[in-house]
Amino acid sequence: QGLLRRSVSHSLLSFGSITGACRAIQKLTRVRVVDNSALGNTPYHRPPKCIHVYNKTGVGKVGDKILLAIKGEKKKALIVGQKMPGPTMTPRFDSNNVVLIEDNGNPIGTRIKTPIPYTLRRREGEFSKVLAIARNFV
Amino acid sequence: RVSSDGKPPKFQPPPKPVIIDKKTQKEETRFLSPEFIPPRGRTDPLKYYMERKDMIQRRKVFNIPEFYVGHVLAVTTADPHASDKSKRFVGICIQRGGKGLGATFVLRNVIEDQGVEICYELYSPRIQALEVLKLEKRLDENLMYLRDALPEYSTFDVNMKPVPRMDHEEIPVNKLQVRMKPKPWSKRWERPKYNIKGIKFELPEHKMKAAEKWSQPWLEFDMLREYDTSKIEAKIRKELSEELEK
Repeated sequence: QGLLRRSVSHSLLSFGSITGACRAIQKLTRVRVVDNSALGNTPYHRPPKCIHVYNKTGVGKVGDKILLAIKGEKKKALIVGQKMPGPTMTPRFDSNNVVLIEDNGNPIGTRIKTPIPYTLRRREGEFSKVLAIARNFV
Repeated sequence: RVSSDGKPPKFQPPPKPVIIDKKTQKEETRFLSPEFIPPRGRTDPLKYYMERKDMIQRRKVFNIPEFYVGHVLAVTTADPHASDKSKRFVGICIQRGGKGLGATFVLRNVIEDQGVEICYELYSPRIQALEVLKLEKRLDENLMYLRDALPEYSTFDVNMKPVPRMDHEEIPVNKLQVRMKPKPWSKRWERPKYNIKGIKFELPEHKMKAAEKWSQPWLEFDMLREYDTSKIEAKIRKELSEELEK
């Protein structure tokens, strides 16, 4: 019965019912796509999962690029919020948030409603386009 | 009055007036921030004395208001990456931790359906302003269960106006019983070790009874765990009042 509950489409179900352990993002973590792209928002019977982290360690924190498996496709994404507590003064979100991105760094969606941490602004050069479509900062 | 012998009744002196000196009472019960009280241990008290001196120095420059868990605060911090170099965050204080200069408090708010928590350091020089928007104590000292409660209990308007404080003496206790999302929760809040009074448990009876299995009723009688802070508090209060007058 627990399996049945978890496999309900991700866009309808709130992410509070997933395991309570808070670690950063690594392979096979289920993530939440935050922008308004069609790929991220259409419901599918499997939630988007991380399959690779572009990092020396396999652990992805805010500002790292990862490879996502969505709707049977592979797509790169940028981590914009994590459930794991980070350094003090940085925000900790209640879900692992991710923004879909192309290989050259262009975001696929056109708007990001959820708040984004200010620390991403440090890497203005790489993420300028993602930061441009973001609305709220925390 | 009717006397027994026809003589005038024995002189009864009037009852002595009980003088309640409100000033001294106020001194004893005035708020002492919990990070001033040193933790139990075998460290040299000199370390805590030096930390307290630094804390008082910081408090002279920057006003840290009195606040408890459950208050709604607005914090303005300095940030090189923000526009106007400063950012403001409003949230309910769910936890106060740490002692000495590393004292922290966690503020929680739900923005655009996304729960955000930020852990701030009280004595960090990056904090530019700390305003208390709503004064309200809750039934518990740790509101971590708000993460598993319905999001309406953690949403606070970012442009909230500060609620004016009525009395200079009492802080109202909000006896709100919070409704939770369906299980699983991040922690099993129904267990007696958390001792939470602010949740309206809608669990079936047998689950609540099963949770009682983990109760440890002998803990409150354990004398080795007692930490009487009244004398330490009185000493620290005296120290504080002396330093702040300088």
